[in-house]
Amino acid sequence: MPDNEKLFPSVPEAKTVPKKRTRISLVWVIPIVAAVAGVWIAVTKIMEQGPEITIIFQSADGIEANKTKVNYNGLTVGTITAIRLMEDHKRVIATAQMNPKAKDFLVKDTQFWVVKPRMSGLNISGLGTLLSGYYIGVQLGQSKESERSFTALETPPFNGDVPGRIFMLKSAELGSLGAGTPIFFRQIQAGQVVSYELDKEGKFLNVKIFVQAPYDQYVNPDTRFWHASGVDLTLSASGLHVQTESLLSILAGGIAFETPANDAPLPPAEANTTFNLFNGHTEAFRPPVRDPHTYLLIFKQSVRGLEAGAPVVMDGITIGEVTAINPQFDAQKIEFSVPVTVIVDPVRFGVRFLNLPEGGNAGANNKIIMDTLVTHGLRAQLKTGNLISGSLYVAVDLFPGATAEMLDWSQNPVQLPTRSGQFEAIQDTALNLMKSLDTTLASVRGTLTNADKTLGNASSLIAPDSMFNVELDNLLKQGGSAAQALRVLADYLERHPEALIHGKTGEAK
Amino acid sequence: MGQGLQSCHGCGLLSRPPAGAHEGFCPRCDEKLEFRKPKSLERTLAYLIAAAACYIPANLLPVLTTSTAGGSESDTILQGVVLLWSPTGWPLSLIVLFASIMIPSAKILALLYLVISVKRGSIKNNSQRVRLYRMVEIVGRWSMVDVFVDTFTVSLIQLQPLMSVSPGPGLLFFAAVVVLTMLAVESFDPRLIWDSANADEIQNEVKNA
Repeated sequence: MPDNEKLFPSVPEAKTVPKKRTRISLVWVIPIVAAVAGVWIAVTKIMEQGPEITIIFQSADGIEANKTKVNYNGLTVGTITAIRLMEDHKRVIATAQMNPKAKDFLVKDTQFWVVKPRMSGLNISGLGTLLSGYYIGVQLGQSKESERSFTALETPPFNGDVPGRIFMLKSAELGSLGAGTPIFFRQIQAGQVVSYELDKEGKFLNVKIFVQAPYDQYVNPDTRFWHASGVDLTLSASGLHVQTESLLSILAGGIAFETPANDAPLPPAEANTTFNLFNGHTEAFRPPVRDPHTYLLIFKQSVRGLEAGAPVVMDGITIGEVTAINPQFDAQKIEFSVPVTVIVDPVRFGVRFLNLPEGGNAGANNKIIMDTLVTHGLRAQLKTGNLISGSLYVAVDLFPGATAEMLDWSQNPVQLPTRSGQFEAIQDTALNLMKSLDTTLASVRGTLTNADKTLGNASSLIAPDSMFNVELDNLLKQGGSAAQALRVLADYLERHPEALIHGKTGEAK
Repeated sequence: MGQGLQSCHGCGLLSRPPAGAHEGFCPRCDEKLEFRKPKSLERTLAYLIAAAACYIPANLLPVLTTSTAGGSESDTILQGVVLLWSPTGWPLSLIVLFASIMIPSAKILALLYLVISVKRGSIKNNSQRVRLYRMVEIVGRWSMVDVFVDTFTVSLIQLQPLMSVSPGPGLLFFAAVVVLTMLAVESFDPRLIWDSANADEIQNEVKNA
């Protein structure tokens, strides 16, 4: 071996101790793996944590931190993490941890509400929450603007995913309406009330309704909506009217709509169109005012039973209605009278005018027509429409024998001549009847006196000591002897029939 | 070691290491012979760091998810302790608190102290440190109780759809903490505690001589 050193002086000698290698032990993989796992978990946790939002509730009833979920279409998109009272000590503010995927949900008009068992009308919802506890419902907004703080709704909003359209109704009163109240079209449920709110001035209610497809296509600008709550019972001059929708609407209330049949169907109404909500079917389908003319009728009789809205009838056809009754008293004349304002609108009620003067405008034509009618004896009078209710209506008729009158067109409204009503006429007739009855009675009395005389004469004729009686007695006596003579003759002839030829023989003597 | 003898890990037979070569095998059971567990401190430290790393998610993540008809609820160990804390249930709550939270952390801290003290060549409180090590070794496996209870609960309570229990990710980390601390205890060689003391003694003897 030492020879090698001499033989190969340039070759270095191998080391007996190997170079100390700082080998990192494999065991360090374990903490690295543990750390990586920990970091990975932490990262996914942070990634899982979506945005944090705040929702303001009226009450925290049924909401629990770390338990109450925020559900969208049955899928949990977040959890309520904290609830605390707001600074004003009135409402509750809840913090919700949302899923990162729910980020798109959180826009300005996204709505939250507490899903709990509810009963509105005959609509029962949220029964599942009896077991599972309340949860927070979400309805996605359309806005693009991101938002992190929300105020929860008191009632669940309408599910906007169902195709259909939203309309607005203006109503004077709420009736039995509420969110969820059904809307009927030909007695089919066609939608529901979404919400209602008072107008800013407090004069009427804005009722937001949803009409689902396909019924929404039947809503056009001429559609009438009316309260179908309960039974619509009207007792008027035209009789008793009972109108109901379905049994459901009697119990729970509702709104019905119908579109009057038109010659040319209108295009469907735009969404969010505002309609009037009428009180009943009758009111809803009253024809619209077309060419109204206001007249004043002064009655000097009782108008008991006449109401605003009573019809003005000509020849049995309604041509207008009473709008106001304003009794007045003239202190100078000491006269009480009742001016009744009526609106006459024949066109509205389907009256057609034929042979109108050419070229004249509507107003002038009306003047001509009215003047002509009045000179021909047009008079207004009160008539009883319904004997049970005693309601009156205004009848306009032609009385050919009436005294000539002229209309004073300078007045506004123009005063139409009136005639005492039916009952007045009956009273007059009765008076006339009484008068003629009086004269009849007088003549009857004369006749009776004559009869008395005749009877007196008759009685004097048949008195026992009267001449007539004596003569009658004599007459009868003579008659008797005459009859006796005849009998003797007959006997003789029986025994001696030959006497008829030979005559009486002497032996008989 | 001072006398240059090795004891077998497997059968405890004392033998002389082969001359020249470092690696020897037990003449009785053929186990590889070493003076001390190889890289004991390094391994222990690695396991400890891993255990500490797992300890954080083990306590932050839910260990059990209970689903009832009313929704599901996930609880971490600490939430479980709070949940159990009641006038009647507080002993149980304390057991969970000790077995699942205090003991694993105490184990990690105790071993860390041992590793550091050995590394720095401390010769103080040697017997106490050995006692500490033994305690850690004995008590360590009981931490697995939590994992056992959870697995039993999960397998027993499966009353779909009324109620079901499923393990949470925290359970996995918790089990990892227990296993890793046990490995750390296993890889720590308590004889190292005495090594520095022995070295001192030897040095003293040398000085005295």
